[in-house]
Amino acid sequence: MTARLTKHRDSALWIAAMVHRLSGLALAIFLPFHFLALGLAIDGEASLNGFLRWTDQPWVKFSEGGLVFLLTVHLLGGLRVLVIENFAWRDGQKQLATLAAAVSAVVAFIFLVRVF
Amino acid sequence: MTVRLYIWQRATAALMAPLVLIHIAVIFYATRQGLSAADILSRTRGSVVWAAYYGIFVAAASIHAGIGVRNILTEWSPLDDRRAGQAAIALGVLLAALGLRAVYAVVLS
Amino acid sequence: MSAPLSDLSVSLWRGGEDGRYQTYTVPRRDSQTVLDVVTFVQRHLDPTLSYRFACRVGVCGSCAMTVNGRPRWTCRTHVAKVAGGGRLEIGPLENLPVIKDLATDMAEFFRKWQRAKGVFAPSQTRHDAIAQIRPDTPARAAADAAIECINCGVCYAGCDTVRWNSEYLGPAALTRAWTLVNDQRDAGNRDRLQAVAATGGCHSCHSHQSCQELCPQTLNPTAAIAGLKRRTAAAYLKGEIKT
Repeated sequence: MTARLTKHRDSALWIAAMVHRLSGLALAIFLPFHFLALGLAIDGEASLNGFLRWTDQPWVKFSEGGLVFLLTVHLLGGLRVLVIENFAWRDGQKQLATLAAAVSAVVAFIFLVRVF
Repeated sequence: MTVRLYIWQRATAALMAPLVLIHIAVIFYATRQGLSAADILSRTRGSVVWAAYYGIFVAAASIHAGIGVRNILTEWSPLDDRRAGQAAIALGVLLAALGLRAVYAVVLS
Repeated sequence: MSAPLSDLSVSLWRGGEDGRYQTYTVPRRDSQTVLDVVTFVQRHLDPTLSYRFACRVGVCGSCAMTVNGRPRWTCRTHVAKVAGGGRLEIGPLENLPVIKDLATDMAEFFRKWQRAKGVFAPSQTRHDAIAQIRPDTPARAAADAAIECINCGVCYAGCDTVRWNSEYLGPAALTRAWTLVNDQRDAGNRDRLQAVAATGGCHSCHSHQSCQELCPQTLNPTAAIAGLKRRTAAAYLKGEIKT
């Protein structure tokens, strides 16, 4: 087996692209469950309400914070791609990518503070 | 990924950017003090606006997620292009079906 | 001549795909380059070592190898800059079949160049007047910014999308296609845009930007590929190319 390494994956932009892909995958897996939960309303308000009480558990709220992070970071990463592909090149992208991650973390954190 | 899939992917992405921002705002507003079914359904039931907003969102997300997962499968799994495409379509159809059912659930049931 | 400073511990890839690293001890010198180190091993320690070089001065691109995990031109990489702790690990470029030791088979790299239609298609003959090319038009500026590629393969070796997708044409081939798309004398754009819009074309690029980070000529394939994405999308929407 060839054991050849590459260190360019330390780059902020490579990490941004990977986070974008993985967050998208996670959201795609989550989405069917989200839709199923909302679909409980077909069985009546009580059914949906019962589920919402289940989500009051701390670990669920924590996971929801994670989902807010994933959604925000995927949105901001996607905007990065749309800008690269459609507008004139601009330097300083690494800083923007890091800022995007930070903003996503802050948004998720604010969400967590409010629901706990 | 061909030019056709690329255009669909980027177009649904651009369409969803404002939809996601609104959705995050809705999440924050809805969770301002505990979440109840009554709170949600009293607002969504019979609403053409919510039906349109979430209906479009579901359609765009189904297409976008399908193409995105197709890329991941062709690059990271042993599936060939054809099988990856089939899996992606299956995911897209699943999301669209469950999503439109959810929209129906909160607007019309 | 400068006095030897200390010794370097140098691991070189030996063999084909199923080879292994072999370690040599190389005396250190002032201003030593990684190519100097490889050459020393072949001349003084192990004549069976296979590697490529030509100009030794950073204009031909032949000496590109993976040095401590990064594809580089070995003739332009100072040992002092990369050999932390006196250690070097040198292997062949990635994403290409290994012929032997540090030499790779670049045939696929050049085949993809052809597949991307990175070849000039003339629109005039010698009997026509010489074309007047203004260097300050946006198209010519875009072409000039991307034209200095010497096919060293560093961007191709560093691209994860090339690694994951064997059909992907790669940053170098697409960058050359971009320069020709912007060449007002070229007559082959419909076929070229069709070629880079197919599976494995410019749309496979995920903008990791490793190519841009690694290019020793400071070219920006990510930007060139973004330009191709715009041109192919416009051509497709106008019906000039099919999917």
